[in-house]
Amino acid sequence: MVMTLIKHELRQGWKSLMIWTISIGFFVAICVFMYPEMGNEMEGVNDMFSSMGSFTAAFGMDRLNFGTLIGFYAIECGNILGIGGAFFAALLGISALAKEEKERTAEFLLTHPISRVRIITEKLAAVMLQILIMNIVIFILSIASIAAIGEEILWNELCLLHLSYFFVQIELSGICFGISAHLKHGGLGIGLGIAIVMYFLNIVANISESAEFLKYITPFGYAEGADILDKISLDIGKLMLGMAFTVIGIALAYWKYTRKDIQ
Amino acid sequence: MNAIQTLNLTKYYGKARGIIDLTLTVKEGEFFGFIGPNGAGKSTTIRTLLGLITPGSGSAQILGMDIRKDREKILSKIGYLPSEAIFYSGTKVREILKLSADLHKKDCTEEGAVLCDRLQLNLSRKVSELSFGNRKKVAIVCALQHNPELLILDEPTSGLDPLMQREFFSILKERNNSGTTIFLSSHILSEIQHNCTRAAIIREGRMIACDSVDALSKTNAKRVTIHGNVQLHESDMLRNMEELNGAVSFLYSGDIKPLLKILSEQDITDLIISEPDLEEIFMHYYES
Repeated sequence: MVMTLIKHELRQGWKSLMIWTISIGFFVAICVFMYPEMGNEMEGVNDMFSSMGSFTAAFGMDRLNFGTLIGFYAIECGNILGIGGAFFAALLGISALAKEEKERTAEFLLTHPISRVRIITEKLAAVMLQILIMNIVIFILSIASIAAIGEEILWNELCLLHLSYFFVQIELSGICFGISAHLKHGGLGIGLGIAIVMYFLNIVANISESAEFLKYITPFGYAEGADILDKISLDIGKLMLGMAFTVIGIALAYWKYTRKDIQ
Repeated sequence: MNAIQTLNLTKYYGKARGIIDLTLTVKEGEFFGFIGPNGAGKSTTIRTLLGLITPGSGSAQILGMDIRKDREKILSKIGYLPSEAIFYSGTKVREILKLSADLHKKDCTEEGAVLCDRLQLNLSRKVSELSFGNRKKVAIVCALQHNPELLILDEPTSGLDPLMQREFFSILKERNNSGTTIFLSSHILSEIQHNCTRAAIIREGRMIACDSVDALSKTNAKRVTIHGNVQLHESDMLRNMEELNGAVSFLYSGDIKPLLKILSEQDITDLIISEPDLEEIFMHYYES
């Protein structure tokens, strides 16, 4: 009874959670399984990419070695999990509060004896929990497929890569959650838009040195595979700034939703 | 203690009027009617009382508690029936009733089953597959199953067939007899007239009358219907004259003696003098 709303949210969202998790997990595993075949030809691929200039820089490929599994993984799987996870997290965040008004169930929920603070808290917890579940399942799938092709599992590198994408998702969902409290008619487009813009900001920052500061704005700034594999650590400064944005987003949700008129 | 007490409650949506200076008292145990046409401010009043929207100014108390400070406590003692019953798609009736009971932190299985039985509601159906009327029944069970002290009903009978309406009102009467206060908002006057003891009339956001239903119906006016061959002219005392099937009908207000004197000189075969129904009173309030 204590977590009624969390349970309700998970029940409402489990199908979508399953579809996203399986899709992303499936593509990550496919990529890993493709590696043994591609690995033999990678020497040539590395040379090819090194002659493509800013295109390789855009995805950090100038600093990653396609010839090793972890380098290959950071680029291919990083992009799949990065974009896929970001979309899912943004959609979860943006719809969490706004869907009640869009689907006109807000009247039902808010006329029950549950405080708005409680509603926000439990909905936020449900969002975070779903992101956590997705990441754990994908991580397990990923480790299992690396083990299946007989490659060495570099735990530190893999954990850090996955952890960084987990934080990207937390940040995007937190910011979208804050926006969600201000919406009246749902905003899936806004959520997807934010995820896409953030992704491209990182690419722009990779290409142009004068746009380097963008890395402090987009969460993908601290989830750059090349940086993580290079230092075997996360950029704590960028990460802290990202978490600060997250907290602001969540605080904004509490501020707005506790005084919002529900039509 | 009053069940509902509002003081100069005012709400504007930007510049659009919601309600203005609404002062209203509903005593505990009353069956209270709230009458007004669409857009008069009935729903705004209810939504303010429930804490869905914040009043611009004024204050309100429900069961002695402030609507802004004690929102949760108030809602635990209220059953609310919205005019449009909308639930989470993909859920079953049983799940909605369970969710509602859980949010009330109560086990309402028994009472819920009794109500579903009386309203002939199938628990295993998905709410999204239900007709408007059947969704309304789900909302009715949600509003009643936790045995609230105060029932707030917003146009409760829309979508219900006449038999269900009768069953619904008999449930309401039982609840009222056992002490539940009922606040019934409606634009269907016969509903108010047949069930409520007191009523308020709201127009363009302002309350224009509040009295017992008997008193509201008993303005001095009488509805007079005459069969026969009569010649009468409309005047201040003699209004709303209409001819129907060879009968003349009009509203008469004033001393009854002069009327009888005039009528005695005419060729009359039949005469009916009755109380005007609330509908006519209502029109009277709205036309003036």
